Amino acid sequence: MRRNRIGYFIKEGVESIFTHGLMSFASVCVIVACLIIMGSFSLVALNIDSIIDTLESENQMVAFVSEYASAERTAAISADLKAIPHVSRVVFVSREEAWESFLKTYDNTNMFDGLDASTLQDRYVIYLDDISQMEQVRDAVRNVSGIAKVNAHLQIGAGFVKLQRVVTFVSISLVAILLVISMFIMSNTIKIATFERREEIAIMKMVGATSNFIRWPFVIEGLLIGLFASLLAFVMQWGIYTLISNNFLTNTGLSFIVTLPFSALAVPILIVFIAIGFLVGVVGSLAAIKNYLKV
Amino acid sequence: MVQLTEVFKSYDNDTKALRGVNLKIDDGEFVFLVGPSGSGKTTVIKLITGEIAPTDGTVMVNGYNVGTMKMSKMPYLRRTIGVIFQDFRLIEDKSVFENVAFAMRVTGASNAEIRRRVPYVLELVGLDNRTKRRPSELSGGEQQRVAMARALVNNPSLIIADEPTGNLDPARSLEIMMLLEKINELGTTVLVVTHEKELVNRFSKRVVAIDAGRIISDGMDGYYTYETK
Repeated sequence: MRRNRIGYFIKEGVESIFTHGLMSFASVCVIVACLIIMGSFSLVALNIDSIIDTLESENQMVAFVSEYASAERTAAISADLKAIPHVSRVVFVSREEAWESFLKTYDNTNMFDGLDASTLQDRYVIYLDDISQMEQVRDAVRNVSGIAKVNAHLQIGAGFVKLQRVVTFVSISLVAILLVISMFIMSNTIKIATFERREEIAIMKMVGATSNFIRWPFVIEGLLIGLFASLLAFVMQWGIYTLISNNFLTNTGLSFIVTLPFSALAVPILIVFIAIGFLVGVVGSLAAIKNYLKV
Repeated sequence: MVQLTEVFKSYDNDTKALRGVNLKIDDGEFVFLVGPSGSGKTTVIKLITGEIAPTDGTVMVNGYNVGTMKMSKMPYLRRTIGVIFQDFRLIEDKSVFENVAFAMRVTGASNAEIRRRVPYVLELVGLDNRTKRRPSELSGGEQQRVAMARALVNNPSLIIADEPTGNLDPARSLEIMMLLEKINELGTTVLVVTHEKELVNRFSKRVVAIDAGRIISDGMDGYYTYETK
C-alpha cells in the first residue's frame, strides 16, 4: 500500500470520528457501558472465586497418631504424609498442644479437672492444594503406618468444589451471554452510524473505489473508537471497583469481605478490554458496511 | 464504446424493464436518451455503470463485458465512466476540492497529481474560486458543475448525465448542457438522459427514445420526436 494512501486512510478515519461526532459518541458510550457491565460481573466472579479459594485453603483434615506408635515413627509420619500427592502442608500438633487448644475453647475448664493431655492423641493437621482430591488423600493417609484415624470433612470439601464449579459455570455463561448481547448492541450502533453514510459509500463505489479503499477508513475509525472506548471503560472500571472495595463495603458493614486489589487484576482486564474494543470496533465496522459494498 | 445487444432485464418482482434493446454508441458521440418515467432509461444507465447485470443479452462498455465481469473488476470499469446525477450526489462534509480529488484518490493518484489536475478541472467548469466551499454553500448550478468536475477528473472516455438539469432553472440548464457539449468536443463520449424537450431540440444531436423497455426511435436529426402520452 502506498504511503500517501495509508496517510489518507488514517486522516479520513480520524476526521470521520469528528464529522460524525454524535454517532461516534453513541458508539463509545455503548462500548463503554457493555465493557463495564461485563467487567463488573467478571470482577465479582473473580472475587467470589478468590474467597472460595481462601476458604478451601483453610479446609483441613486431621490424622491421629496411634497411641502405640513409637516417637521415631511419630516423627517419620510427617515425611510420609508430605509424600502424598495434593498434600500442600503438614503441621504436627502434640497431645499437649491439642489439650491446651481444647481448653481454650471453654470458659469454664473446672469440669475437666482430673483429666490431662494423655486423654488425647498426637495428631497431624493436613492441608491440601486441591480440595476435590480430599477423599483420595484421606485414603492414602489412612494407609500411612502409625496413623490410627483420619477426620476429613468430605461433605464440606465436596460442597466447596461444587460451589466453585457453579460459580465458574455461571460466570463464564453470563460473561459469554453478555459478550454476545454487547456485540449485537455495538454492531447495531455501528450499523446505524454506517446507514447514515450509505450515500457516501454509494458515491465512492460510483467513482470507482475498490471495496478495500472504502473499507479502510471505516476500519480505522472503528478501531480508534473501540480502543478509546476500551481505555475509557478501563479507567471507569478502576474507579468503580476502588470506590466499592474501599468505601462501600466498609460503610455498609461488609468489611469482612476481602476483595482482590485492582492492581492485581489491572493488566488482564486492560488486555481483555482492549481486545474486545479492537474486535468490536473492527469487526463491527466490517460487518456494518458489508451490505453497502455489494453494488 | 457502448454496445447493448439484445438486452433483456427483468427484476425480482417480474417487472420487465428492458425487452430486447440494441444500442450502439461510438466513441466521441453525443447522445440524448429520452423517454417517459418507467420506460427503462435508468435501467440502461445502471447496466452501463455495472450496478446491475442483464438478464439476457450482452452489455459491452469500454471493452468490459458487464454481464460476465467479476465484481472485483467493476471499479476499473467505473473509472472509465464519469456519472452526473440530477441530485448531484456530492459528499456533504467534503470541500469542493476534496469532492473532486476523491475521485482521483480512488485510482491511486499521488498528491502531486491531484494538486495539479483538480484545479485545472475546476477551472474548466468555472469553479476555480470555490474550491474551499462545502456543497451546501453553493447554488444548484454550481453543485452540478462540481459533479461534472468530479466526473471529468479521471479523464473518462464516457460521461453519463442522468437528468443533469432536472433541479436547475433554464439558464443554468443551458450552461450545463453547453459544458457537456464542450466536453464532447474535447473527445469524450457523452450520454445524456433527460425529459427536457426544449433542451434536446436546441442541441441537434442524436436522440434515442425508449418506451416500455424498447427503443422506439433512434434519429440523427437531433429532435425529440417521441411524445409522451
